[in-house]
Amino acid sequence: MKARIRITLKNGVLDPQGKAIQNALSALGITGVEDVRQGKYIEVQLANTSEAQAKETVERMCKDLLANSVIENYSYELAS
Amino acid sequence: MLRASVVVFPGSNCDRDVQVAIEKITGFPVKMVWHGDASVPPSDLIVLPGGFSYGDYLRCGAMAAHSPIMRDVIAKAKAGTPVLGICNGFQVLCESGLLPGVLMRNASLKFICRDVTLRVDNDQTFFTKCYRKDQVVKLPIAHAEGNYFADQETLDRLEGEGRVVFRYCDEAGEATPQSNPNGAQRNIAGICSEDGRVVGLMPHPERLFELPLGGADGRRMFESALVSVLEPMS
Repeated sequence: MKARIRITLKNGVLDPQGKAIQNALSALGITGVEDVRQGKYIEVQLANTSEAQAKETVERMCKDLLANSVIENYSYELAS
Repeated sequence: MLRASVVVFPGSNCDRDVQVAIEKITGFPVKMVWHGDASVPPSDLIVLPGGFSYGDYLRCGAMAAHSPIMRDVIAKAKAGTPVLGICNGFQVLCESGLLPGVLMRNASLKFICRDVTLRVDNDQTFFTKCYRKDQVVKLPIAHAEGNYFADQETLDRLEGEGRVVFRYCDEAGEATPQSNPNGAQRNIAGICSEDGRVVGLMPHPERLFELPLGGADGRRMFESALVSVLEPMS
């Protein structure tokens, strides 16, 4: 089973990297960009287990290490 | 007798500087402790040094905060052992939950390496009692992630409890936007735990602890630790 985890900055947390990307897009002449927020994408291959067990494991890894709850949110999906 | 331990993570690069500073200032030998060890020897204070622990993977300090030695550092800190986190060490303290908030990417996105002026806001902590409140000191910063962030409620609580230890300021001691090098909330450069025994700061006191280095304003931080350790005995 594979977990696809997305980690994003919370609303209201400044994202200087997102701003720099936005500026670079503008420099490339790509118009119509109103805002850019960047984050992380992590794939985790899990040993075969029940979906409930996998959810519990992924929740724990996100809370304990992958995301910092002060500034980040996480979401994930499980795929077999 | 002062028993100081410095934790060495893979990627630490200010560990030897701190060791030299403490040994020269206090005259007592320092123990270096490897991150993979299960425990820190009995210590009067523990230092988490600057550097790039674990290559700054995931988030600065995030991997180090979960290394084997940190379980014991956290337990000892909670039992009252003073801990000083400098630069990457401050990031590790925040990631480990010993101090609130987080150090984010500098607002300029640039790695900043230069001297800054700081105002001492709390001269009562274990590591700052040899400074005077509102004293302006010069220390170097060298980081890309020193932009202190916490939610407004946490910031208000830190201020209310006098737990902001150092603030970036101008020569006159005013914490102005222009004197804020990295975008830190409320110009915060360093904070402490409720009991003032755990202190984290982005600037490097060990890099300016004697005049041949270009300044000696960092010296008092280590003198403070010595005074704090010896005080109960006097």
